Amino acid sequence: MTEEIKVDLELDLKGLLCPLPMVKVSQNIKNIAVGGVIKAIATDPGALADIPSWARTTGNEILKTEKDGKDLIFYVKRLK
Amino acid sequence: MEEKRKEITLIVLSGDMDKLVAAFSIASGAAASDMDVTMFFTFWGFRAIKKAKASTGKSFLAKMFGIIEGGGIGKASPSKYSMAGMGRFMFKKMMKAKGMMTLEDQRKLAIDLGVNMYACQQTMDIMEIPREALIDEVKDVVGVAFMLEHAKNSFTTLFI
Repeated sequence: MTEEIKVDLELDLKGLLCPLPMVKVSQNIKNIAVGGVIKAIATDPGALADIPSWARTTGNEILKTEKDGKDLIFYVKRLK
Repeated sequence: MEEKRKEITLIVLSGDMDKLVAAFSIASGAAASDMDVTMFFTFWGFRAIKKAKASTGKSFLAKMFGIIEGGGIGKASPSKYSMAGMGRFMFKKMMKAKGMMTLEDQRKLAIDLGVNMYACQQTMDIMEIPREALIDEVKDVVGVAFMLEHAKNSFTTLFI
């Protein structure tokens, strides 16, 4: 059994195009506590590269990335 | 302790729609990545910071110029396939169909994210553009030394 990730905030970013998915993640991560997790669901394929890059630049962590059909699901942990 | 924020400077000379899309994408992306962003608009880049209905200069040439270069950011045409406004029309249609933000919205997003916008004094002098013709969000009218100071402090400076 896979370990369940506790999600503090879920973001629907479907249909948004670059740079909006990463911008929305960056805006919303300020609304959760350090250590909290955002589950972001995007459909723009660019987000696959963009959100992890954003996380490396800003010092946050991608816990897991999943694909479900066209949905790209990111679990982003706020580290600072 | 807060670590020092990175800074990026964008010099926007172009008023072309495609280049402005790139400039605002980079600016918003950088601001969302916790960077301080300075945009310095000069010459044709003024298209991006002019009000839609901007007053024109006093001299004959400046007035003529104001008519030719009239309109705000929504009047920006692509650098290729401009075709007397057709290119702009087609791009706007395609962008809308894909759910992409208009240039106005991209500028608004950048402003909301805290991107700092400055206008070039030299351009305003030559083209006789008054401060009132620029959007209120332009922080100041500055010269090249101001731009260079920010470029010196930036990890990279882009000329668009």
